[in-house]
Amino acid sequence: MDIFRIKNFEIRNRLFVGTGKYATYEIMQKALEASACQVVTVAVRRERLVDKEGRSLLDFLDLSKYVILPNTAGCFSAEDAIRVSLLGRDLLEKQGNKGAGWVKLEVLGDKKTLLPDPVGTIEATKELVKEGFTVLAYSSDDPRAAVRIKEAGAASVMPAGSPIGSGQGVLNPLNISLCLELLKEGDPTYPVIVDAGVGTASDVTIAMELGADGVLLNTGIAHAKDAVKMAEAMKHALEAGRLAYQSGRIPKKRYATASSPFEGVISYIPGE
Amino acid sequence: MNVTVNGDRRELTEGTTLRELVKQFNLTPEKVALELNRRLVRSEKYDTALKEGDEVEIVTFVGGG
Repeated sequence: MDIFRIKNFEIRNRLFVGTGKYATYEIMQKALEASACQVVTVAVRRERLVDKEGRSLLDFLDLSKYVILPNTAGCFSAEDAIRVSLLGRDLLEKQGNKGAGWVKLEVLGDKKTLLPDPVGTIEATKELVKEGFTVLAYSSDDPRAAVRIKEAGAASVMPAGSPIGSGQGVLNPLNISLCLELLKEGDPTYPVIVDAGVGTASDVTIAMELGADGVLLNTGIAHAKDAVKMAEAMKHALEAGRLAYQSGRIPKKRYATASSPFEGVISYIPGE
Repeated sequence: MNVTVNGDRRELTEGTTLRELVKQFNLTPEKVALELNRRLVRSEKYDTALKEGDEVEIVTFVGGG
């Protein structure tokens, strides 16, 4: 049984999907359904105080079906990320959702790259863990930064494949592989989720084949020309990558090894 | 009295509580979270009366990655 656990919580599906950037809420709903995900991320923002007849996200998200993982997107300091985490937890407690107390921690360095500030991330992780949060920390693919974040108490480290929304996939598979190796040293079930930069289905498969426990993505689905179809592709990509990883792939070799035997050939083989 | 709500200065009746403020905007207390002067306020304290110069944030979930 291939069980995925973060803290004591068993997660049914290793694909985590974001709720941002969809053309319509209806498309978002269908895409989430097609992806078969269980965990969805959301952001925390000011309520519109004017024109409250507009539709809002919570009207389109079945809170009994999905585990909501609030993010701290848009936070550039530990202090702000902690404020947002507390607000997100309060909202989920009121809604009785299993995600209450979980947070996708983002402490960003700048708006252009949206790369995480490692120092702020570590500070916020320590504080949030003290407050009883289960912290899933967005990180760069720097293996040493990832280890520091784990040491700060993160329940999962989520290294980026490439910048958020950039669609460049896993740009540095060596670093992701080193992150996995160092984070799982002596702790093989420590959850590592590749988060950010996924552009298409094969990116998800590559991440899973490297040994990631899961993949989190948003733009790769939401901004695909056919978001629902891409969500379905991602679902299959994740399964394929996980199965391939578990199957033990063949090594890469410099030269060829024939698939058909040379023994019993009727042909002339040059050089023999 | 002047209270900042979601970044905007607003004039409110003296003694308006957080709960009343939420209601004024046609919002449901269960679907929002509140901060008063940068600190989370839990629902048990929604009957707190606001004071001149207070800063309130009323937030909810929106789509995000």
